[in-house]
Amino acid sequence: MPPVPIDIDIAKVARLARVGLTAEEMERYGAQLGVILEHAARIQALPTEDVPPTAHPLPMVNAFRPDEVSDTLDREEVLSQAPEREGPYFRVPPFLEES
Amino acid sequence: MSHEAVIGIETHVELRTRSKMFCGCPVDFGAEPNTNICPVCLGLPGALPVPNEQAIEWTVSLGLALGCAIAPESLFHRKNYFYADLPKNYQISQYDLPLCVNGHLEVETDEGTSRIGITRVHLEEDTGKSTHLGESGRIHAAEAALLDFNRSGIPLMEVVSEPDLRTPEEARAYGMELRAIVLALGVSDAKLEEGSLRFDANVSLRPEGSDELGVKVEVKNMNSLRSLQRALAFEIERQRGILEGGGEVAQETRHWDEEAGLTESGRSKEESSDYRYFPEPDLVPIVIDSERRDELAARLPELPSARRSRYRELGLDAEAARLVAEGDDLAAVFEAALSGGADPQAAANWLTGEVTAHLRRSGTAMAETGLSGDHLAELVAMVEADELSATAAKQVLAGVLEGEGSPRRVAEDRDLMQIADEGALVAAVDTALGEHPDERARLAGGDQKLVGFFVGRVMQATGGKADPKRVSELIRERA
Amino acid sequence: MSDPADLTIAAAGRALRAGDVTARDLLEAVRRRASMTESQLHNYLTLDAAGAEETAETADAAFAAGEDRGPLQGIPIAVKDNMVTRGLETTCSSRILAGYEPPYDATAVARLRRCGAVLVGKTNLDEFAMGSSTENSAYGPTRNPWNPDRVPGGSSGGSAGAVAVGSALGALGSDTGGSIRQPASLCGIVGMKPTYGLVSRFGLIAFASSLDQIGPIARTVDDAVTLFEAIAGHDPADATSYRGEVPEIRPTLDAGIDGLRVGVIEELSGEGIDPEVAEACAAMVDRLEGAGATVEHLSLPSCEHALSAYYLIAPAECSANLARFDGVRYGPRLAGDTVEQMMAATRRDGFGPEVTRRILLGTYALSAGYYEAFYGQAQRVRTMVIRDFEAAYERVDVLVSPTSPSTAFPIGDRTADPLSMYLSDLCTIPSNLLGQPGISVPIGLDADGLPIGLQVLAPALGEAVLFRAAKAVESLAGFDHRPALASSEGAA
Ligand SMILES: [Mg+2]
Ligand SMILES: [Zn+2]
Repeated sequence: MPPVPIDIDIAKVARLARVGLTAEEMERYGAQLGVILEHAARIQALPTEDVPPTAHPLPMVNAFRPDEVSDTLDREEVLSQAPEREGPYFRVPPFLEES
Repeated sequence: MSHEAVIGIETHVELRTRSKMFCGCPVDFGAEPNTNICPVCLGLPGALPVPNEQAIEWTVSLGLALGCAIAPESLFHRKNYFYADLPKNYQISQYDLPLCVNGHLEVETDEGTSRIGITRVHLEEDTGKSTHLGESGRIHAAEAALLDFNRSGIPLMEVVSEPDLRTPEEARAYGMELRAIVLALGVSDAKLEEGSLRFDANVSLRPEGSDELGVKVEVKNMNSLRSLQRALAFEIERQRGILEGGGEVAQETRHWDEEAGLTESGRSKEESSDYRYFPEPDLVPIVIDSERRDELAARLPELPSARRSRYRELGLDAEAARLVAEGDDLAAVFEAALSGGADPQAAANWLTGEVTAHLRRSGTAMAETGLSGDHLAELVAMVEADELSATAAKQVLAGVLEGEGSPRRVAEDRDLMQIADEGALVAAVDTALGEHPDERARLAGGDQKLVGFFVGRVMQATGGKADPKRVSELIRERA
Repeated sequence: MSDPADLTIAAAGRALRAGDVTARDLLEAVRRRASMTESQLHNYLTLDAAGAEETAETADAAFAAGEDRGPLQGIPIAVKDNMVTRGLETTCSSRILAGYEPPYDATAVARLRRCGAVLVGKTNLDEFAMGSSTENSAYGPTRNPWNPDRVPGGSSGGSAGAVAVGSALGALGSDTGGSIRQPASLCGIVGMKPTYGLVSRFGLIAFASSLDQIGPIARTVDDAVTLFEAIAGHDPADATSYRGEVPEIRPTLDAGIDGLRVGVIEELSGEGIDPEVAEACAAMVDRLEGAGATVEHLSLPSCEHALSAYYLIAPAECSANLARFDGVRYGPRLAGDTVEQMMAATRRDGFGPEVTRRILLGTYALSAGYYEAFYGQAQRVRTMVIRDFEAAYERVDVLVSPTSPSTAFPIGDRTADPLSMYLSDLCTIPSNLLGQPGISVPIGLDADGLPIGLQVLAPALGEAVLFRAAKAVESLAGFDHRPALASSEGAA
């Protein structure tokens, strides 16, 4: 696999990750990411064409649950942790419709 | 240059499992806000998903019903995007290894039958529900939004079609057929008004005869078959207008506004397409071997298309066959009535006419009425044997639907049986003739219009229980 | 009798059953130790005073009534603060969870409670378990009980420190890249990471789901086994939980090293390892050979790529796992005109620099166009490492290496250079990628009086041979040092 050049659009990454960074923070994190990725990207040179990926350390399949109802949480206990609530709801600032 | 539309549809179907997709919270519409929630569907720290086996089986069943290949090994992926009603800020969905691929659906319209490719059927989880506060209900005027997570984690099947549809009518027929299949499988209520079936469409226009695809617009927020058809018709005309004016269609997402009857450009989320899919590490692969697949295939019920053609062969017209086949409740009563010896067309007429009207009027389901297949068969037989007049039969059916008992029982209780005693009929006719000597004279003089007059008199006098055919014969004989 | 805070779990269990101490005494002893050491070491974030007293009393009542729920009944145990505890603040050492009181218990915690263990409190960690020094805590660093100018290791530094100093008799930690074994090594105690899937992750606040595993921290191998037995076993709430039988440990625990084949990982013996550490480990290998082990030196070339693969996989998974901390349903919130702004402000403020760095790293590695090159390739390298180790385990029963390339390093030494910090996990990371068990056992002190740990590794579900070998190492090492702070005089 040919190495991917490390070219980080840090502003886009921060937006995707929903972290509101200042310009100075972006620059600092961008530089640090570059160093780490440079190191990590060494594995791109390894011959892995015939190697399957491993997502799970132990080979397991079909872990399901039966379609049965179990206990729900107490609404007051849950809402007591909310930064803001209104009646039985969680309240948040307005947002755009999903597109 | 004339343009043709190229349409692909994504349908989200909410499953009617007892519990949610990845947790044991009940799937129960209309519950108090934020009561059907647990650490898993609320995205609390430390919670882990465990898939509902029933939802997986039902998705495979739908795939089989659509002629799909079932993936021997399938994976859940995380689809990452931040959204306030998505508790984990990723949706557990499927990506490159969905449960079902490569199927098709036959769709009938007035233009004929077309075969629409099904790209894939996969399983995912629903989001919570948000309501914006503010006078106009418009988002930019809203001061806040309220969140209810009862819907969060309800299993959703996503059915993706190939861009094989060409007209809004065809799209509607596709949605209707898909809904019928889902109902036949019993995997969803498929209640459009409750949003358990939701449509998104990709629409582009291209010069007639061209193989290339035009610029694609995604149209969202269509929650009924009617709005699917209307939205597509609007969007196609909108794009045609742009192209014919020499303009270019912008690639974008547009929202269907049901009230205004138009699609509106959505303010697009930044980088909305970068979902950073990766295999869900909290879950393990789903393996469905051929034995399991065959077992599920063997359990499939008769599908709507097969049922419709069987009904056509019984002599039903296309519309009646469709109507009876579509609703499981109608079909079940119909099948039972046939076993009870009913004439198919007569039974279908009752079901698609009076019965459907009653269900609609009263807002009840078939199971809540007192009508069974045996009842319907008896009703048909009584009409055939002239034991009930058409008017009386309607009244009898109403009683049966209300749970008053079998048709014969209702007819007797309500005293609606046709008068079988010829002597009594003759007496009633003679009485009527005697009471109206002038009319009788005119009738005798050849004025045939007066037959109807006298039939009316006799029917009134007998409370509708006389056989009008026999009454008019008697009137002619004895005038 | 010595201070009950210095008892092993096994000894405390005997004393409880002999009526020499009560659960109440044990709890008071560890609390006394905590009150003497906390201001200097900061092992705990939260002490559950009321809850612990109540459980201790319940345990004493049970003993009085002749009810016995096993070796943990009445034993004071500490829990790393990334496992949720119902009604007891759980922060993951992050500002983003300040004040958060979960509505449920993690499965591992629930199992401890069911055994009658007394939950003393929640221990400090690197924020969201990301780090190797317990310096990345929003609530201040934890210090090494052997020398408070040094780090205790991490991320389970609070749990390791508490057990080392006697403010708990045992603890739970979590290990994603060495977070149990490395602090155990730096604190001179035993820390063990089970086979992936043996201990439920339900209620463990996820860092990297395919690597995380909860495990025991204790002063002896025997105590570690006791904790392991209490928490291991299938949990239907965790789809990655192992459905088979948990390996039985006790029958072979004392079988000794004689007859076992021990492999020494070449790649983790020389370059990059502090010479004093390397020498101590080599000396222990000689003693194992002297005690009847067959020793083989093995090359596992993929080891050097494990670190790179880890630093792609772990941040990628963490970037999604930590997305739920958004100020909507729990935790503090910063103001914003739109929900998008609110989330961005809350997350910027709520996460520390190391967590932010890994979230950004993972987001980038998963973003369009880079998935295959980074995450995909890392998962393939994972397979290569697995194959390498599989081949090794055809020749040997266990593998050994130093647990940490160095002993405890000074506070602040590596915080400015993330890469040098990441190298602290060089020896421990492969077993997380493999999902295999590993354990660190103290074998001696360096010239500065700081503990050195030997790591023993075994194949998946090889816990029996792992603990057996570890116990042999423990008895050969005869390590009976305690930090000076672990006594009333030392703390004075
Ligand atoms: Mg979808
Ligand atoms: Zn739930």
